[in-house]
Amino acid sequence: MALNEFIGSSEANPLGRPRGIWSTLHLDPILLFLLLALVSAGLFVLYSGADRNIEVVKAQGVRLGVAFVVMLVFAQLDPSVFRRWAPWLYGAGVVALIAVLVVGVGAKGAQRWLALPGLPRFQPSELMKLVVPMMAAWYLSRHYLPPRFRHVAVGLAIVLVPMMMIIKQPDLGTSLLVGMAGVFVVFFAGISWKLIAAFIAMVSVSAPMMWFFVMRDYQKQRVLTLLDPQSDPLGAGWNIIQSKTAIGSGGFDGKGWLQGTQSHLEFLPESHTDFIVAVLAEEFGFIGMLILMTVYFLIILRCLYIAVTAQDSFSRLLAGALTMTFFIYIFVNVGMVSGLLPVVGVPLPLISYGGTSSVTLMAAFGVLMSIHTHRRMIGA
Amino acid sequence: MPWGEFKDTAAERRLFQRRTLVVMALIMLMIGGLIARMYQLQIVEHDIYTTLSDKNRVQVQSVPPPRGLIYDRNHILLAENRPVFSVTLVPERVDGMDHTLSQLGDILDVSGEDLERFHRRLQEPRRPFQEIPLRYDLNEQEMARLAVHRHELPGVEVKAELVRFYPHSTLTSHSLGFVGRINRDELQRIDPVNYAGTNYIGKSGIERFYEELLHGTVGYQHVETNARGRTLRVLERENPVPGEDLQLHLDLRLQKRAYDLLDGRRGAIVAIEPATGGILALASVPGFDTNKFVTGISVKDYRELSESRDKPLFNRALRGQYPPGSTLKPMLAIAALDSGATDRDYTIWDPGYFQLNNSGRRYRDWKRAGHGWVDLMDAMAESCDVYFYEIAVKMGVDTIYSYLSRFGFGEDAALDVSGALSGLLPSRDWKRAMRSEPWYPGDSVNLGIGQGFMLATPLQLATATSLIANRGTWVEPRLLREIEGDTPVAQYLPDGGHEPLTLKNPDDWEFVVETMAEVMHGRRGTARRAGSDAPYRMAGKTGTAQVFSLAEDEEYDAEEIRERLRDHALFVGFAPVKNPKIAVAVIVENGGGGSSTAAPVARELFDAWLLEFPAENQKALIGKVEDKGPN
Repeated sequence: MALNEFIGSSEANPLGRPRGIWSTLHLDPILLFLLLALVSAGLFVLYSGADRNIEVVKAQGVRLGVAFVVMLVFAQLDPSVFRRWAPWLYGAGVVALIAVLVVGVGAKGAQRWLALPGLPRFQPSELMKLVVPMMAAWYLSRHYLPPRFRHVAVGLAIVLVPMMMIIKQPDLGTSLLVGMAGVFVVFFAGISWKLIAAFIAMVSVSAPMMWFFVMRDYQKQRVLTLLDPQSDPLGAGWNIIQSKTAIGSGGFDGKGWLQGTQSHLEFLPESHTDFIVAVLAEEFGFIGMLILMTVYFLIILRCLYIAVTAQDSFSRLLAGALTMTFFIYIFVNVGMVSGLLPVVGVPLPLISYGGTSSVTLMAAFGVLMSIHTHRRMIGA
Repeated sequence: MPWGEFKDTAAERRLFQRRTLVVMALIMLMIGGLIARMYQLQIVEHDIYTTLSDKNRVQVQSVPPPRGLIYDRNHILLAENRPVFSVTLVPERVDGMDHTLSQLGDILDVSGEDLERFHRRLQEPRRPFQEIPLRYDLNEQEMARLAVHRHELPGVEVKAELVRFYPHSTLTSHSLGFVGRINRDELQRIDPVNYAGTNYIGKSGIERFYEELLHGTVGYQHVETNARGRTLRVLERENPVPGEDLQLHLDLRLQKRAYDLLDGRRGAIVAIEPATGGILALASVPGFDTNKFVTGISVKDYRELSESRDKPLFNRALRGQYPPGSTLKPMLAIAALDSGATDRDYTIWDPGYFQLNNSGRRYRDWKRAGHGWVDLMDAMAESCDVYFYEIAVKMGVDTIYSYLSRFGFGEDAALDVSGALSGLLPSRDWKRAMRSEPWYPGDSVNLGIGQGFMLATPLQLATATSLIANRGTWVEPRLLREIEGDTPVAQYLPDGGHEPLTLKNPDDWEFVVETMAEVMHGRRGTARRAGSDAPYRMAGKTGTAQVFSLAEDEEYDAEEIRERLRDHALFVGFAPVKNPKIAVAVIVENGGGGSSTAAPVARELFDAWLLEFPAENQKALIGKVEDKGPN
């Protein structure tokens, strides 16, 4: 199938009806199909990663169901709703983040959850993955693009404030994703290349400063371990060594479903959560990884197409940023499991066991579908 | 400023499209990077990781072979293997190490040593979920208490291993020996492969001598383990070859009898079956509980044993070197008859002393008044010293040495008794080498009654007596009777290599045996009381050995000192005279006279072996037949 044909296939209207069943439902069939293919395949990998615990798979199925409903709901809303609500949501989100730092509950020394009476426990930081790009897109799209320096500065501030708070929790993975989402809004908005170069220079200067003043010991340890996992083979390096072993031993065509020894013998930690891609690589080999990457790439392509065909700057920026968030998820997770990046707690999107990230991601896809299906048919 | 649609210029759209293209390129580059990484791990370095994964997955564990069992001649277990339980902790699963340890301390008896070792192991590099032992050998109560509190102690586990156990440990301590944990020196000696899973090794006795047989051959299993070291599946298994079960000549009943007879005293008994050389009993009293040594004896207990004045750890039967005294006389009589220094009718006058020349030193007879006219028969029966002084001088040291060495003195003649000493059979050369002095006739005089330089172990005395019982046919003493299975014993018993002691006139054997029978049954035999009213005839010889030394700085009360300075009582003998079934050597330290103390002990053993046990066996046999009922 030619790529152009694939991307444009929803525009091709074989029945000649301007609005089909999909538009009525405000769903994008291509994106929906790809997502369904991904999550159903993901459940098989999860079954293996959870060491044949069908209960885990059932629980994940329920969560994915909830996530799809959330997507459906978001898809029904007009993009203008997001635009109008963005500042308010952003304000509420920042307040919630402050609340988390003050009265939050948590586990393992990290305060991430807010337990409000009458509401289910939730992580405000998770919501910010959606709200921050919305707010940034709202702010930047109010002005002429490309943005002036002043606007870029404000845009970055919008991103940095919640990011810092999330680092404080501490939750490196989420703050990275929130930050990237915001940064990509600025990038898509057309920030000048000079500024980009200047920022890159600044980051490379500030990285050592971060090392000495901001990063916690355990975070430093992760970086050091990444550089030389063998330096601590039974401690921090264990996970990386074991996941590389799982991936590498999968070879070209893998050991077969449920045949992965690394995960089933408990060598691989977090085999059904953050490290699930190692299970996939071990059992389905290089071929399996290629297929997974292809599916992800197709989803990203479709999303970028949605962004490009969006009808206003806010929608474009938001769609682009959400797509990039999805991509960063993939890159950081696979990079960390294969030992390219330090270990940060980022799940493999829509495959790792866990409700929160699935709901956030599906909500993002809901926003994308909403953008795509609420276009006005000008001159159609 | 107004919203969106009006501001949505073509320029902004084009800007966004350009940026999207840049992002697309970036995404493709990064996904390409991930795929390249996968290619590197899964295709290029696939072999490396496959090896790693297999090493992770499959662990080769050595399966230690169960140690062979040891039985006595009636198939009573002397050494078995028992499961011993130890407590281990998995730090990763422990909820608060200090708290758990203190809780365990309340339930079990955990010593400071245990804790220290545990903390040391905790610091060493280890795999996640590897367990660390805290204490070995839990008793029943501790196991029960632990079972009750198990649920409050996550990460605490109990492990079992098979450990040697001696049901009759004290009785068999000096004949069977014991196993113990392999120490550093032994680690250098053993085959590291075959002992890969083994923690114990024979330290003494049979356990040491037949280590190779008892140990068996290590087995292997390739097991699939998880990161916690938990075995999930055995992939393939090469079973260990268990150690051979051994049956000894030892008879536990006789062994027990020997112990009981010496109970409360110090001494040794060795009983041999002359026809086979089988050691029926080998007792050194007091014994000790060998089970304490297996898993490691506490410092306090060891000190108690090693500093005890009764020396329970000292194996008197094999390593106690005593002057044989008059028990040497039967062997000397053979030597004198065969070398022509005397004959059956040769008679001397015993005035109560012996002089080498008229003005020389007087060597006393034990009987101050002397025995009067005595021939060899009388001299043996009454244990006349002067007669033997004379024939010893007549023979001279070289002749005595050559005959006595053929009786097994001065060497360790037993085949499979580890740790036996060879005593001391003096010779001209020995004296020159050790003392830088020539051999004086006076030395021969002393040798004539088994005193002076001569030293022999109870095992040697029993061996020599057994040779007389066999009328010169050498059957070296041995403990191993049978290897259960199809391994022939001969393959493992070393070759003794002793020539039979052939006399010019073989009748001399019978004559000397008769003189020994006279000791037991003669009107003036020194052991006539011990030999009276027996339904069989026995042969024997009593002896006493002087005690020379006492450590000077030790404090004794008067009673004690008198007791400890008394002579050792000795006895050698066999029964029945015709076709002997048992030969014994008995020594009772500080027992006084051989005739009053050691001979009755031997008589009891003879009775047990010749009358009591056969009757028991008969009864048991009849019982068995009756159980079966009519066929």
